[in-house]
Amino acid sequence: MHTNYILMAIVALAVIPIFLWAYLMITERVAARVGKKAATVLRPWFWILPAVSLLIIFLVYPVVHTVVLSFMDARSENFVGLKNYLYIFTDPGMLVVLRNNLLWLVFFTLVCLVLGLLIAVLSDRVKYESVAKVFIFLPMAISSVAAGVIWRFMYEFRPAGTTQIGTVNAFLTALFPNFVPKAWLFDRSTNNIALIVVGIWMWTGFAMVILSAGLKGISEDVLEAARIDGAGEIAIFFKIILPLMMPTITVVATTLIINVLKVFDIVYVMTNGNLGTEVIANRMYKEMFNYRNYGRASAIATLLLLAIIPVMIMNLKRFNAEEKNG
Amino acid sequence: MASKSGSVNTGWKRVLGAVPLHVVLILICIAWSIPSLGLLVSSFRPKSMIATNGWWEAFKTPFSFTLENYAYVLTRGNMGRSFMNSLLIAVPSTLMPIFIAACTAYAFAWMRFPLRKPLYLMVVALIVVPLQMTLIPVLRLFNKIGLTGNFIGIWLAHTAYGLPFAIYLLRNFISQLPKSLIESAQIDGASHPTIFLRLVLPTSIPAISSLAIFQFMWVWNDLLIALIYLGGTPDVAPMTVTISSMVNSYGGGWEYLTAAAFISMVLPLVVFFALQKYFVKGVLAGSIKE
Repeated sequence: MHTNYILMAIVALAVIPIFLWAYLMITERVAARVGKKAATVLRPWFWILPAVSLLIIFLVYPVVHTVVLSFMDARSENFVGLKNYLYIFTDPGMLVVLRNNLLWLVFFTLVCLVLGLLIAVLSDRVKYESVAKVFIFLPMAISSVAAGVIWRFMYEFRPAGTTQIGTVNAFLTALFPNFVPKAWLFDRSTNNIALIVVGIWMWTGFAMVILSAGLKGISEDVLEAARIDGAGEIAIFFKIILPLMMPTITVVATTLIINVLKVFDIVYVMTNGNLGTEVIANRMYKEMFNYRNYGRASAIATLLLLAIIPVMIMNLKRFNAEEKNG
Repeated sequence: MASKSGSVNTGWKRVLGAVPLHVVLILICIAWSIPSLGLLVSSFRPKSMIATNGWWEAFKTPFSFTLENYAYVLTRGNMGRSFMNSLLIAVPSTLMPIFIAACTAYAFAWMRFPLRKPLYLMVVALIVVPLQMTLIPVLRLFNKIGLTGNFIGIWLAHTAYGLPFAIYLLRNFISQLPKSLIESAQIDGASHPTIFLRLVLPTSIPAISSLAIFQFMWVWNDLLIALIYLGGTPDVAPMTVTISSMVNSYGGGWEYLTAAAFISMVLPLVVFFALQKYFVKGVLAGSIKE
């Protein structure tokens, strides 16, 4: 069984380039046969056909189909109108889910941006900039699953009075003698924030890298002129650097928002959405696999799409503007 | 930036003024590395030690480290097989979208045809579509034609999901190649396939490298797609799936969990350190046009 897959992978790796090469050559022959004019018309379609057909099968058609399913019942047999959507916005469990996503959206995005900007600005002023950045950026290379394990261990809880093996509780106990160790992931007042911290740990590096690139784009002359005029570093940051970086900040914020809306792995691994930590993507998974309710699962997915559509429109507008400017 | 402008603050005042800056920055860096460090140290500690005292105690004498945890998860914990599975899933899922996206990007950049712009806008729009929107119909399709629980299905799915971003990134790069370069090749009688294979692909290596790293990391670290299309079969489970089911079954079995998590991190970390430049470039290209 397993050796079959290794063989298949090798075949796939060898066959795909050869197949694509042959495909381009054969379609070129076909194009040459039908005459130069017809060839110019046909050729582009040959070239984009593999990608476009994959996109239609795996993305375009499923998206449309899911929207249709969201108006149907659990087994996709009867039309139920807006019933699934009504459920999403009235069921108490779903309201907790929506609240949690809002918490993620606000805290994750804001803290990633602020910390990312802070680190970008601070590290810009030191000689060990690239080394410092590696420390922050490193978690980007780690899977959310591994990050989940790492942070479950960080949050590990032992009853008060016993030796704490979790870093967070041990650190706080050492620092504040009166601190009572907490079960961060089980306590309903802390567990959502505890999860969001993991997301922040993973994504601040992303914000930092892009903001830092934006920061380097600001002309040194502008800052120098302000300093000569006697402006303090803090005033320079808020009055010059921040406004100039607004476009970059918007881009980072959009990317963070798209990703935070879809957050799944961290919650799945750390709490599986129990104790009031469920988010949209986890609920969709549960509706799909545990409750087998395809109507509700589709409606939840569609809600995610609706939340992302403004970002999609922004991207398209930005793309159009870029094309016009060359 | 401040350090270069020594006109206002000079000498000791400047050195002292910079102290808080270094302290804050270094503290942040330490805070950011402690979680991973704790995992790494713990994965080499014997079970009895992990469960009774904090990982920082490992640095006190007498030292006691072991490779037992790794030996266990690799042989009996299914991690060895899962590592192979992750590799078998990730490598084709990285190379397939790149080949397909490259010729599509070339067509979008250097050929004229009706619907070119609307089709490309569709690609740009698809970059941000939540994959959740596709899971149910694709799973049903896979069930119908027998592609669930095996690698062919997941290769195809990752390829298709990776395409929008891949086409976008490569088109941005390929369309900025000098027009004269392509045109002079055409005048010399080179056909489109020749120009693409001999000229465009070799010059696009930097963009392709960034994309390859990005897609590889994405697939390697993916949990959702594997959970859905591979089902619960341990035979084909990649490491992310195996570890998350270990979390459920072992709960506090830190000696195994830490070792397993570190095994899953090794390859991405090696890729990251070896090809950091391309990785950062890929991240930048994904969000801003350079």
